[in-house]
Amino acid sequence: MVAKTLYDKLFDSHVVTEENGTAMIYIDRHLVHEVTSPQAFEGLRLAGRKLWRISSIVATADHNTPTNGWDKGLSGIADPVSRLQIETLTENINEFGAKAYFPFMDSRQGIVHVVGPEQGATLPGMTVVCGDSHTSTHGAFGALAHGIGTSEVEHVMATQCLMQKKSKNMQVLVNGVLGKGVTAKDVALAIIAKTGTAGGTGFAIEFAGSAILALSMEGRMTLCNMAIEAGARAGMIAVDDTTIEYVKGRPFSPKAEQWDAAVAYWKTLHSDDGAVFDTVVTLDATLIQPQVTWGTSPEMVVGVDGKVPSLDLAKNEVQRADWERAYAYMDLKPNTPIDEINIDKVFIGSCTNSRIEDLRAAAAVAKGKHVAASVKLAMVVPGSGLVKAQAEREGLDKIFIAAGFEWREPGCSMCLAMNADRLEPGERCASTSNRNFEGRQGQGGRTHLVSPEMAAAAAVAGHFVDIRQFV
Amino acid sequence: MEAFVQLNGLVAPLDRANVDTDAIIPKQFLKSIKRSGFGPNAFDEWRYLDHGEPGMDNSKRPLNPDFVLNQARYQGARILLTRENFGCGSSREHAPWALEDFGFKVVIASSFADIFFNNCFKNGMLPIVLSAEIVDSIFNQVDASVGYKLNVDLNAQTVTTPNGEVYPFEVDAVRKHNLLNGLDEIGLTMQQQDKIKVFEAQHKQAQPWLFN
Repeated sequence: MVAKTLYDKLFDSHVVTEENGTAMIYIDRHLVHEVTSPQAFEGLRLAGRKLWRISSIVATADHNTPTNGWDKGLSGIADPVSRLQIETLTENINEFGAKAYFPFMDSRQGIVHVVGPEQGATLPGMTVVCGDSHTSTHGAFGALAHGIGTSEVEHVMATQCLMQKKSKNMQVLVNGVLGKGVTAKDVALAIIAKTGTAGGTGFAIEFAGSAILALSMEGRMTLCNMAIEAGARAGMIAVDDTTIEYVKGRPFSPKAEQWDAAVAYWKTLHSDDGAVFDTVVTLDATLIQPQVTWGTSPEMVVGVDGKVPSLDLAKNEVQRADWERAYAYMDLKPNTPIDEINIDKVFIGSCTNSRIEDLRAAAAVAKGKHVAASVKLAMVVPGSGLVKAQAEREGLDKIFIAAGFEWREPGCSMCLAMNADRLEPGERCASTSNRNFEGRQGQGGRTHLVSPEMAAAAAVAGHFVDIRQFV
Repeated sequence: MEAFVQLNGLVAPLDRANVDTDAIIPKQFLKSIKRSGFGPNAFDEWRYLDHGEPGMDNSKRPLNPDFVLNQARYQGARILLTRENFGCGSSREHAPWALEDFGFKVVIASSFADIFFNNCFKNGMLPIVLSAEIVDSIFNQVDASVGYKLNVDLNAQTVTTPNGEVYPFEVDAVRKHNLLNGLDEIGLTMQQQDKIKVFEAQHKQAQPWLFN
């Protein structure tokens, strides 16, 4: 038998038909949110089509929901355009149906990539799609998961299938033990530093190696979440005991004898010995430092003890031009030490870093300290209502509030700044999110991507500090 | 979907690498529940000097004279010429909707991000990959010649310059067929619903927990 990669196994087991190198693949789970679905539902309505399989749909509102003022309910959403979009999702789900819907302010509402896994709606071996590029997150479970556009959202709704060309296989191998204070976020950024933001284009990435297998599920989700920032639509990690332990007992996880059959199958979800990858990228875990982005693309990143790179390090003319624009946009000079960069705001949240483990790590840094006077706003936005409740049971909210952080309601918030949470022009932010593009967190805003620990430490110090030396 | 067969169109150069979908259409315009009307807000933060919000009268907003697409010589452009990794970032299909509504039917770059690339084909748009050297050469030609047009022929899979240079490009056979004929892809897939039902039944038997 031909040795297969994990991606090959997941792809091949979902092929309905194949013609001229394009396969029709079956989709097991379709996650839906308010921003990329209204036009798809409208398309179904206009064509007189229905959902192919209602039980595949799990929906929530996350991108555009406010993170405060929930006591006023829907009327607390000041922007009528935002409110209409959130109400439209409810109307569409009422009309078309769903296996589960967690509307605005439901106790289980939250970021779709946090909610899916915590409900057990994301399972190993699944194909998972969502009209959101960070759907790659779910690959942490040994699933084939990727973002799609709204036309494809409609296609999956109507047919349960997608037309796909198979990607090439990339293995990212990270061996060794991560140093103290070095997280999955730093691994992700260190990988992107090496591959560039287009290095994974056309590939499905499997993350492997001892440093990856040592990660918790939260850490694995952080890593797979950022696969798209390396250009790969899908990132994934083989199933092991850590995966199975996480999935067990969740609301939508299989039960009883179905559980045993599922586990037996899930244990086959790894690349076979001798499986061939089109390309392999290796990193030594012991050399990875806490990372801080300095520019306007996730690949513009250095270790915290580094400096903003100078133009002579650019690899070609196109990159030189990119860096010059980034210096100007970020208002940074080449050779500025990272730990001399002062910040105005701190955002701890997003589908990359808003799970309970992220909040625990940030709270451990913030405990007994206080946000620097120069920092205008430091906010913590839990990934879901359940994460928020768990954090409150553990007293994390009190730690954050005592340290001067704002403790908000769940949602995507200032990761993409669609709701009212945003940077003002010129403001500089330490952010645990995934993109530092121009204007991403607000027009003219300047984003530096970091881990939750690094963000909390920056909040306290008022500038970036090396978490390894921060006591 | 509208078909795309052939186009002889004015070329506008956007000389930047890694243009992301946040830049193509900023997030505040994603609040719309419609799929049309995004053109006036394409590249909003680069194109205007003020901050744009949905519902503004864009014709009254101050244009950024330094932004290339605002230059008189590129008005009416149908082909966008740009650099590597165009369309990276978010999966928002609002990005191709905005470009299409702006007037672009073709985007030429040395590489594209996967999701954006795929989204273009769903909207009657043709993204074309040419080598970095050829893209560079076209940038120079556009700069040197006001009114520079390219002829794009999907059937022949060629881009032809005013001088008669012909650059062939690759396109997936299925995408080409669907685009040439403006086919409704959902309708095409629905024609195979018997196969989907057979697959689904087998899949359910093998992994019943997926259907709980």
